[in-house]
Amino acid sequence: MDNWILKVENLKKYFPIERGFFKKVVGYVKAVDGVNLFINEGETLGLVGESGCGKTTVGRTILRLIDPTDGRIWYKTEKGETLEISSLTQEELKPLRREMRMIFQDPYTSLDPRSTVMDLVSEPIKIHNLAPRGEIEDRVKTLLEAVGLKAQHMRRYPYEFSGGQRQRIGIARALASNPRLILADEPVSALDVSVQAQVLNLLEDLQKEFNLTYLFISHDLSVVQYISNRVAVMYLGKIVEVGRGKDIYLKPKHPYTEALLSAIPMPDPHYKPNRILLKGDVPSPINAPIGCKFNPRCQYVEDICIQEDPELEDMGNGHYVACHFSKELELKGIVY
Amino acid sequence: MIRKKVENLTEAERGKTYFQLVWRSFKKSRTAIIGGIIILLLFVLSVFAPFFSPHDYYETDPDKVYQPPQRIHLVDHNGRFHWRPFVYNLRLDVDPFTYSRIYREDTSKIYHIRFFVRGWEYSILGIHSNLHLFGVDSGGSIHLFGTDLQGRDLLGRILIGGRISLLIAFFGSVVTVIIGSIMGTISGYYGGTPDMIIQRSIEILQSFPQLPLWMALSAALPKTWSSLNIFIMMVIIFSFLNWPMLAREIRGKILSYREQDFITAIKEAGGSDARIIFLHLIPNCLSHIIVVLTISIPELILMESTLSFLGLGIQPPMVSWGVLMQGAQRIETLGQHPWVMIPCLFIVLSVLGFNFLGDGLRDAADPYSKR
Repeated sequence: MDNWILKVENLKKYFPIERGFFKKVVGYVKAVDGVNLFINEGETLGLVGESGCGKTTVGRTILRLIDPTDGRIWYKTEKGETLEISSLTQEELKPLRREMRMIFQDPYTSLDPRSTVMDLVSEPIKIHNLAPRGEIEDRVKTLLEAVGLKAQHMRRYPYEFSGGQRQRIGIARALASNPRLILADEPVSALDVSVQAQVLNLLEDLQKEFNLTYLFISHDLSVVQYISNRVAVMYLGKIVEVGRGKDIYLKPKHPYTEALLSAIPMPDPHYKPNRILLKGDVPSPINAPIGCKFNPRCQYVEDICIQEDPELEDMGNGHYVACHFSKELELKGIVY
Repeated sequence: MIRKKVENLTEAERGKTYFQLVWRSFKKSRTAIIGGIIILLLFVLSVFAPFFSPHDYYETDPDKVYQPPQRIHLVDHNGRFHWRPFVYNLRLDVDPFTYSRIYREDTSKIYHIRFFVRGWEYSILGIHSNLHLFGVDSGGSIHLFGTDLQGRDLLGRILIGGRISLLIAFFGSVVTVIIGSIMGTISGYYGGTPDMIIQRSIEILQSFPQLPLWMALSAALPKTWSSLNIFIMMVIIFSFLNWPMLAREIRGKILSYREQDFITAIKEAGGSDARIIFLHLIPNCLSHIIVVLTISIPELILMESTLSFLGLGIQPPMVSWGVLMQGAQRIETLGQHPWVMIPCLFIVLSVLGFNFLGDGLRDAADPYSKR
């Protein structure tokens, strides 16, 4: 099982909190606090968690849009070379930026309002000199058609499109540089449900066509279930459970995953929801609880949970769980 | 009907450029259109000043000192109506009791106003001519705004003065905008030490009392310099004092754009700082920059007038509105020869015009925001 394309080890990102005129550091927001994950080539890894758990920070740190506080990120290039992204300079990263691209959450703020679709989509081609001048237009045409837009849309400005169409422009822009890995940061959360399905199907089709690998960040469990091969669940800057999609959804091993799954709405009027209501709020990432970070809200909490932070443990089949009682607990997944 | 629909479609397909959108919403603002017309008019009047002035504005005449504006008549002193408007020459008299000068209309001869007459020679942009929009037959004179202390035609002097006043304001704003945008962009985009240095120097510049600073700077200009050198130095002084405001506004804009996703998207694609600044940040600030440009022009017109009024700006024989206002410095002048205040009217008019225009542009400059 050594066909990983990206590997992250003990990734940490602490944002300092500065106060006063002299910017004294009074504390840290521990947005990402020791994340380990890997993505295999050609698969989709879904990263789920509630707002503020650090999903987006993980994504942006992997792309080095934010510099990590600690930890290592490796990337395997097309030729099989292993590069440590976390120690490269921005200049050295530039060729990698062609291979690793990003799709943004909000299609309204991620497209420059002053650029035409042509300018937007051709920008990565120009930055990386991927096509001679005369061929850029043809290339943009092909890309637009690949994402379901028309070639004559090229001269228009972003404001002339709907949210779904804009997101397609964003996808075309990401594809423009022939990437291998695409980081999709909540690509459908800003869209209407009916449009979400279209965009998800498009992403799936493109994955097959261009042999892409996705890191798919979302807070929507059903969306992640639909698109992902493997799923990682994040809570307060840590990954609490990761495994194949069906294992996570049908046989969760972490109480937090169980609670999340119980909250998925079912399209069945006779379904009696058996929701697990978590106590209290998500603790602040500024001073997270000692021990297991989920302990103040967990219904199965024991003494050990308050003292020791559990590590990710292998449960077989690539299913890893960070819980002291992962073997004992019988947890419910989703019921159809 | 169907035909119209098809046309609409093709137009939508093409996509409107930014300036088309701006023009579309600009047209809707009536004050902005009025402002634009005023500016255009003043511009044409001052560029073609000699064409619009019947008398040579450099020609002095001791017999016409402080001559009041001549009235345009249609009915002569006998009560006869003339289809063509005419003026009477003014004759200088001395009041037998107060010994003050009095101008009386010499009703013995009528001077009809004629259009496109040949008169004194001039050259505009290298074209020599003696054609004037209007004038009177030789022997007569027509001073619609009166004359000044040396008997020079005030109308002509106001028009030619507009050239310098508008030019200095325009160049001053352009230089202001260039310095301001560069400083603001560096400050906002790079942050840290450059930001610190620029912001502190702005604070120092702005903490000087304005008038004494202007005066000190302009007093430092050698009196022996040619008018052109003085003009260039004035432009530099004005923009040197004016850029901080613009730099701060641009910095704010850049700061807010810098963190937005569409800029992150370019960084993520591997775009350089230069690409981000010149292809994305500046175009997005452009509307703002244009508005600041139109708003800072009237400020500079006023600045120039103030300095020239105090005798520190443009030096005669160069004429600007501020220089013309020098004639209105003494209270005695204002009482007896109120027409020397007419340049003031032009200053007010141009300031209002630019403000109207700037207001309309500010609303129009962001056509995407209303959607």
